[in-house]
Amino acid sequence: MNPTIRTLTRRAACAAVAAIVAVGSFGCDKKEAASSDAAKTLTVGFIYVGTKDDYGYNQAHAGGAAAVKAMPGVNVIEAEKVAETKDAQQSMSTMIEQGGASLIFATSFGYFDPHVKEIALKYPKVTFLHAGGILKDGDPPNIGTYFAYIDELEYLCGMAGASASKTGKLGYIAAKPITPVLRDINAYELGAKSINPKCTLTVIFTGDWFLPNEEANAVTNLADQGIDVVSGHVDSPKVFIQNAEKRGIYCCGYHYNGSTLAPKGYLTGAEWDWGPMYVKFVNDFKAGKPMPHNYMGSLKDGAVKLSPFGPAVPAEAQTKIEAVKALMTAGTFQMFKGPLMDNKGKEVIPAGKAFDDQDPALWGMNYLVEGVVGSTGS
Amino acid sequence: MPDSGIGLWGVPLAIFSGAIRNSTPFIFVSLGETLTERSGRINLGQEGTLVMGAMAGFGVSHLTEVYWPSVGTALGPWFGVICAGLAAAVLGVIHAWLCSQPRVNDIAVGIGIMIFGTGLAFYLGKPLVGPTAPQLPAINLGGWSSSEPVRAALRINWLFFIGVAVAPLMAWWFKNTRWGLIVRTVGESTDAARAMGYSVNSVRLYATAAGAFLAGVGGSFLSLYYPGSWNEGLNSGQGLMAVALVIFARWNPIYCVFAALLFGGAKALGPALQSIGVSKGHYLFDATPYILTLLIMIATCSASRNLSGAPGELGKATA
Amino acid sequence: MSELNATRPTLAFRTKRLIPASFIDAMIISFVALVISLALFGLFVMFSGVNPLDVYYWMGRGAFGNSYAWRNTMIHAAPLLLTALCVAVPARVGMMIIGGEGCVLLGGLFAALAAHMLPNAPPLIVQIAMVVVGMTAGGVWIGIAGALRQFRGVNETISSLLMNYIALAILNHCVEGPMHDPTSLNHPSSWPIGAANMFGNIPGTEIHVGLLFGIIACVLCSILMDHSSVGLATRVVGGNVRAARVAGISVAKYSLMACFIGGAAAALTGVVEVAAVHGHANDSLAAGYGYAGILVAFVARQNPLAIIPVAILLGGVGGSGDLLQMQVHLNSASVQVFQGILFLVILGLDTWAGRLHEIRNIWALRIISKYASGGYKKRPALGAANA
Repeated sequence: MNPTIRTLTRRAACAAVAAIVAVGSFGCDKKEAASSDAAKTLTVGFIYVGTKDDYGYNQAHAGGAAAVKAMPGVNVIEAEKVAETKDAQQSMSTMIEQGGASLIFATSFGYFDPHVKEIALKYPKVTFLHAGGILKDGDPPNIGTYFAYIDELEYLCGMAGASASKTGKLGYIAAKPITPVLRDINAYELGAKSINPKCTLTVIFTGDWFLPNEEANAVTNLADQGIDVVSGHVDSPKVFIQNAEKRGIYCCGYHYNGSTLAPKGYLTGAEWDWGPMYVKFVNDFKAGKPMPHNYMGSLKDGAVKLSPFGPAVPAEAQTKIEAVKALMTAGTFQMFKGPLMDNKGKEVIPAGKAFDDQDPALWGMNYLVEGVVGSTGS
Repeated sequence: MPDSGIGLWGVPLAIFSGAIRNSTPFIFVSLGETLTERSGRINLGQEGTLVMGAMAGFGVSHLTEVYWPSVGTALGPWFGVICAGLAAAVLGVIHAWLCSQPRVNDIAVGIGIMIFGTGLAFYLGKPLVGPTAPQLPAINLGGWSSSEPVRAALRINWLFFIGVAVAPLMAWWFKNTRWGLIVRTVGESTDAARAMGYSVNSVRLYATAAGAFLAGVGGSFLSLYYPGSWNEGLNSGQGLMAVALVIFARWNPIYCVFAALLFGGAKALGPALQSIGVSKGHYLFDATPYILTLLIMIATCSASRNLSGAPGELGKATA
Repeated sequence: MSELNATRPTLAFRTKRLIPASFIDAMIISFVALVISLALFGLFVMFSGVNPLDVYYWMGRGAFGNSYAWRNTMIHAAPLLLTALCVAVPARVGMMIIGGEGCVLLGGLFAALAAHMLPNAPPLIVQIAMVVVGMTAGGVWIGIAGALRQFRGVNETISSLLMNYIALAILNHCVEGPMHDPTSLNHPSSWPIGAANMFGNIPGTEIHVGLLFGIIACVLCSILMDHSSVGLATRVVGGNVRAARVAGISVAKYSLMACFIGGAAAALTGVVEVAAVHGHANDSLAAGYGYAGILVAFVARQNPLAIIPVAILLGGVGGSGDLLQMQVHLNSASVQVFQGILFLVILGLDTWAGRLHEIRNIWALRIISKYASGGYKKRPALGAANA
C-alpha cells in the first residue's frame, strides 16, 4: 500500500479518534452543569433483569417504577436486560455517576450477592433497595431489602387448582430450585392437599428464568401425564398460560393477572403490587426515615393480591379460599407446620412445631414436601 | 388417585408429538438452506433470519387483527407467515450481496447476519412483547382417540403439512425443471454455469433470498403457533442446527424432513423425562439435540473422502 | 485459482479470506468501518425518532467521557481481549471458531474444581493451579473442535457453536449437581474458591488483573504469530494447505496448536471471572463474552495487537449501552443492532483488504493522494499487481 496514503490515513485516523475522545471529555463538563441544576429533583434508578414488558416479573416492578415516576419532584431512570453479572454493578455505577441517582432499586434476586453488596461499599452515600435479598449483620448499612410473601398466595392458588382439577394431578413449571421458588412450590402443594390430600404436584425445572420453548414443552409434557392444572414460577408466565389454554387445561397465574390470555382456563393467580410499596419507600427516603430492612410485604399491606377467580373455580371452593385468605391477612394462618415430610421421606418439620410465614428460619428451605414429584438437585 | 395420565407412555408420545411440533421450524429452515447450499453458498445467518421471521410474522398478524378485525383472526396469521418470509428474504438479500463481493468470507457474513438479524428483530419487536396475535390453525387428526394426550399429540399445525409437502416438490424441482438445473449447475461448477451464460451471483442471490424466505416462514411458526408469542428467548440455536441438518441429510430435501423429525424428538426428550419424575441430569437431557447434532456430524463427515452429494462449489472461497 | 483446487472440497471449508492484515491496515479498515457503521446506525435511529448526534454524544461520553467512563470501558474490554483471541488465533490457520463462550464457562468451572482440590495449599499455588487447569480445559475444548475438523472434516464453526450449548449444559449440571455448594441455595453455585485465593485488582486502580492478563496475552500472541517461526508456519498452513504439506509443515499440529491457544485464552476469561469477581462458578459466567469477542476479532482483522485498541473501543460502546438506554431511551437491543451493522460493514470492507492501492479509482481520494504525494504518480495497471 502506498506509504504516503498510509501515513495520511493513519494521521487522519489518529486525529479522528482523538476528536471523539475530546468531544466526549469536553462534553461531560457541559452536561455536568446541567445535571446539577436538576439536583433538586430526586433521581431514582431501576434495573431489571429482563425486559420491562415481559408480562411478568419485570413488568410488575416496572409498574412500581411507573408509580414512582408519577410522584412530583422525582426523576426515574431505568435499565432493562441487565444481567446478574458485573454488568449489574456497571449499570448501577453508571446510574449514579452519570445519571445522578441517589436511590437505586435492584429488582432481581441474583443482583444481591456479590453485586449490590460490593457496590454499596463503593458508594456509601447512595441507598440501594434490593428485592429479595436477606440482610445479615455486617452487611453495608446503605442497603435496604424488601420482598413480599407471595407463597401464601400460592397456597391459595393450590387450593383453587385442587378444587378445579379432575385428576388430582397438578403441574408446576419452575426456573431454578432456589428458596423462593421452593417455597412457592411447597405452599402450592400444601394448599392443594388441604382440599384434596391425594393431590400430587409434578415440577419441571426449565433451568433459567426465561426459556419459552422449554416452558411450552413442559406444559405439553405435563398435560400428557394427565395433569390438568399448571402453574409456574418463571419470569414470564405468558407462555405457559397461553399453552395451557390451547391444550384445554386450567392454569394459575403468577406475577400479574393473566386472565385475558386464558379466559376459560384461568383459575386465579398471585400478583405483585409494588406501586404503593415503592412510593412509600421513596417518600421515606426523602424524609430521611430508615430504609426497609428485610421488609416483607404481604396480603396485609396489599403488596401482593389474589387475581379475581375465573369461571372454573367452584363457588364453595371460592368461599373456602376467601376464608383462608382472611386468616392470612390477619396473620394467623400457618402454612408450614409439623409434622411435615419431604418427598424423600425425611421429616423436615417435627410435630408440634409451626412457622409463621414471616419466620426467617423458612429462608433456609431446601426441600420439596411430600407429594411433589421432582428434586432440588440436578 | 384417579390416574388418567399415561405414565411412562408419556415419554414416547412426547417424543412423537415433539418430533412433529418442534420439527416444523427445522423443516423450513433446512429446506431453505438446502436450496441455498445447492447453489453453492452456505448461509450461517439462518438463526438471524429465523428470528426476524418470527418477529415480522407476529407483528403483521397482530396488526392485521388490530386494523382489520373482521378478517384478522382468520387471515392475520397467514399474512404474518408471508410477511415473515419477505422480511427474512431481505436479510437473505443482504447476505447474498455481501457474499457476492470478491474476497468476502461467507461464513463470517453468516455470523454477522445472525447478530444483526437477531438484534434488529429484538429492537423492532419491543412493542410486540405484550400483545397477543391470532395463531395459526391446526388440524385435529386425533378425534378418534378418547385419550386427551393422544388427541393433543395429533393436533398438527397446517405449516407442518405445508413443509412436508414442499420437500418432495423441491426435490422434483431440482431434478425436473430448468431453474432447478440452473441452481444445481451454479452449485456444482461455476465455470460450467458461466459457460452456459448464467450469472453466478444472480442465481445465488435468488437462491439465498428464497432460502431465507423459507427460514422466515419456519420462524413464524415459533411465534404464531408454538410457543405462540413473541419474546426475546424464542430461538435457541434452531437455525444453526438446521444448517448442520442439511449436511446430515446430504442436501436431499426429503431426508431433511426425516432429520428434522429426529431433532424435534430429541428436543422433547428432556421435559418429557422430567414430567415422569426423572429430573437427575435434566440439563444434560435438555442438551440432547446439540449432542445429537454433533455426533451425527462426526459420523457422517469425512476429512478426505469426498462427501457424495456435496455441491461442488460449496466451500470454495470466491476468488 | 480453480486449477489449484483439483481435489473436491470436503465440508471443511478452508477459508483463505481470514488472513489477518498488518497492524496498520487493520487499524485503517477498522476505523473506516467504525465511521460507516456509526453513520448507518445514525440513519437507523433516526427512523426511531432519536437524534443521531445525541446518540454519538452519549456513546462517546459513556465510553470515554470521564475517568469513571474509562474505568467502565476497561472493565468491559478486559474479557473481550481474551475471547477475541479465541477467534483470531485459529483464524491464522484458516479456521472459523466461535466457541469462545463455551471456553469461558469451562474455564471458570474447572478453576473452581482446581481450587476445591487444593484446600490447604498456599494461595499462590491455588491461583496458579486455577489458571493452568482452567486454560487447559478451554484449550482441550477448542482442540476437540479443531481435531474434528482436521480428522473428520467437521465444519468447525458449527461444531464449536454446538459445543457452546453443550458446555452451558455441563456447567449448569455440575453447578446444581455434583459441584453444588449447599449454602448457595439462592443462586446455585459451585464450591467457593476461598477469599484468600482470589485475584486482586491492578494496583492503583479498581480494575481486576484480568485486563493485564488480556493485554499480555494479546502481545504474546502477536509476537508468536507475527514474529516467530511458529507464526510463519501457521500462516503458511492458513494460506495454502497444499503448500504447507509440500513444505513439510504438519497441518494438523499447527491447527491443533492454534486451537489450543485460542481456547486457553478464552478459558482464562472464565478463570478470571471466577477468581477475581465472583469467587465461585455459576451461570453468571454465561454473560456473552465469547460472542462479543467474535466481533472484536473481526473488527481487528484477526490481528492480536489490533485487538487491544478494538477491544477498548468496543468495550466502550458496550459500556455506553446503559447510558443510551437511560438518556436517549433507545431500547436494550440497540447496541446489538450497532454491533451487527459494524460486523457486516467490516466484512463488506473485506473486499478492499489488501487492495487499498486500487482506491486511486475513487476520485476524492485521488485528489488527496495527489496532494499528499506531490503529484499523481504512475501506478501499475490494474491486474498486474493483484494479490
